[in-house]
Amino acid sequence: MSETSPQDFKHLALSLAGAQDSAPWLDSLRFTGTEQWLEAQWPGRRTELWKYTPLASLQRGQFASWGSAQAYTLAEHALLSLDAIRLVFVNGQFDAQASAGDVAGVVRFSKADAAQQALIEARLGKIVDTKRHLFASLSNAWTQDGVLVHVPKNTKLELPIYIVHVSTPEATPATANHRVLVVLEESAQAEIIEHFISDEQAQNGFVNSLTEIQVGANAHLSHYRMNLEEEHIIHIGGVHINLASNAQYLGFTLSEGSQLKRIDYQICHKGKGAHAGLNGVYLPRNEHLLDYHTNVEHEAPHCTTSEVFRGIIADSARAVFNGRIHIHPDAQKTLAELSNKNLLTSDKAEVDTKPELEIYADDVKCAHGATVSQLDQTSMFYLRSRGLCEKQARTMLSFGFINELLQDLPQQAVREHLHRHLTQLFDKDHFAS
Amino acid sequence: MLDIRNLNARVEETEILRNLSLRIKPGEVHAIMGPNGAGKSTLGNVLSGRPGYEATSGEVEFNGKNLLDMGIEERAREGLFLAFQYPVEIPGVSNMEFLKASVDARRKHLGLPELSSFDFMKIARETSKRVSLDAAFLKRGVNEGFSGGEKKRNEILQMMLLEPSLCILDETDSGLDIDALQVVAAGVNSMRSAERSFIVVTHYQRLLDFIIPDYVHVLAGGRIVKSGGKELALELEAKGYAWLEDEVA
Ligand SMILES: Nc1ncnc2c1ncn2[C@@H]1O[C@H](COP(=O)(O)OP(=O)(O)OP(=O)(O)O)[C@@H](O)[C@H]1O
Ligand SMILES: [Mg+2]
Repeated sequence: MSETSPQDFKHLALSLAGAQDSAPWLDSLRFTGTEQWLEAQWPGRRTELWKYTPLASLQRGQFASWGSAQAYTLAEHALLSLDAIRLVFVNGQFDAQASAGDVAGVVRFSKADAAQQALIEARLGKIVDTKRHLFASLSNAWTQDGVLVHVPKNTKLELPIYIVHVSTPEATPATANHRVLVVLEESAQAEIIEHFISDEQAQNGFVNSLTEIQVGANAHLSHYRMNLEEEHIIHIGGVHINLASNAQYLGFTLSEGSQLKRIDYQICHKGKGAHAGLNGVYLPRNEHLLDYHTNVEHEAPHCTTSEVFRGIIADSARAVFNGRIHIHPDAQKTLAELSNKNLLTSDKAEVDTKPELEIYADDVKCAHGATVSQLDQTSMFYLRSRGLCEKQARTMLSFGFINELLQDLPQQAVREHLHRHLTQLFDKDHFAS
Repeated sequence: MLDIRNLNARVEETEILRNLSLRIKPGEVHAIMGPNGAGKSTLGNVLSGRPGYEATSGEVEFNGKNLLDMGIEERAREGLFLAFQYPVEIPGVSNMEFLKASVDARRKHLGLPELSSFDFMKIARETSKRVSLDAAFLKRGVNEGFSGGEKKRNEILQMMLLEPSLCILDETDSGLDIDALQVVAAGVNSMRSAERSFIVVTHYQRLLDFIIPDYVHVLAGGRIVKSGGKELALELEAKGYAWLEDEVA
């Protein structure tokens, strides 16, 4: 027997729930979450959804306390330069000073009025399928605060909603629970940017994050999610989206590696004619473990999905990509595409990629593919024949590989921020060896 | 400028170039013609150091240095430029950033100061106008979705920006419409100088009406089988290559 039994994190998590005081109207959600968390099997190697992603570092982490609001200094340009409604959380605690702007419908749970409370109660924890998502149960059990973005019918939010989550150094390994609920009513429009970062000095921390999104009929959501916490932060996150008829969801996600990151996306086409576009980039290096699981449920006819994920895996890092598309019997005339391409820049880098198509309707068009490759030799020669050294050529080519997904991002601030940030990251060599 | 002496080279396991010798003085333009598969591109690839193209014997002196000892990028920085017969598409890598990086590398090698982004952009825009390539192409991925002719013009743009001392143009005229051919020829002619030499590989005498060569060589079976003045191109146009093979044999 190892000295840490597999129960450790599970029980620490329960005591963490007990250490919170939260509003009574959230009690039933918390209670159900706690119950499910207790009953659930701890994932092991035979658990399909966690097969390639051991939780050993979470077990070892001794996450026995909640994060606290710490003073911190972020590197220049750490945040987007963007005119937006900004909500900043530090180690899970709201930072009023760093936050800015205000708009009707965007409110923290703790400040919700009666109608908003009713809305939260009706939707929170209902979009996610907790049976498949263990850490969503935990998020329910831990719900204390969070952000509600509610956009009424025929309304367009003029400014983007920019939600920042900062992890900073703490005395002991600390935990943060990050929760977002987005409800776009019929024909509403909004843009939401979630940005996770850490102070370079940050030590072991655990971030459990869950974003639930309801896109109403004809409504349109643009959603960015950047998981850029460094080395010591463990992040388990989920984004769960329900699409009503003719709804549109355009998502982009980018994750840098850390000791453990696991991000789940679940998209359900509930009404006919909905469209989901999801592009993602993952960049683990060092000894990182980075796992993306995506699952698209086509429950209604005439819906379309386009999903493209690209990863560069450096050093001794490991990536997991699992992309499932499930087409239900009623989902005729579905158009779904999934592509996953991986570039390994070291002999010790590894990726497990598995696209899964399950089709139970006959009149559909689906395409999916996954590749693992190295840099193209002809392109290398072309660049070097123009005077670029080998390293520069490698850096340029691997950057180009992911830049195909970055260069067309409609949100300029995100595009420019990532371009600058990743240029610096790529200059550090990991992705060019 | 360039002195190739008894060069033998192979691609993979096959011997392609056989005992090839060629001397080019500064300021000269040499046209190389010859049947498909003769080894013309192979010569350009060997000279520029392409992996897989191996010189097995012979010598190549470039501006007084041993070319075959240099790495790919070193040759480029020393002033050797190959305009590819098939330019490579590199999506995601911005043409402008690529051009700037290559010009930076060449200038650094020459001991010149790096150009500011602003200055470089200005020069790149002006130069792209000279090859009738809209400035929008600078922002796209390298050759990404460019038409055949646009790719060739992008090669000439690179050549103009890098100001090499030896330019090897491998069928830069193929796939060009008549206007583009004149644009490319004008670009090349504007760069002709007493210090700069050209190797122009082509199948068509037409190009040589615009870029008038000092010498024309016929490359067949991996060696130069005939050399002459610009009239030779006209003769080839009229008679094809078969008579030469008879002559050699
Ligand atoms: N990478 C390669 N692998 C195998 N054979 C090659 C390779 N490159 C060239 N060859 C062979 O070498 C010979 C010479 O080819 P090369 O491309 O130099 O001809 P070329 O004179 O440029 O012809 P073209 O006029 O058609 O462009 C050909 O038989 C060709 O098939
Ligand atoms: Mg050729």
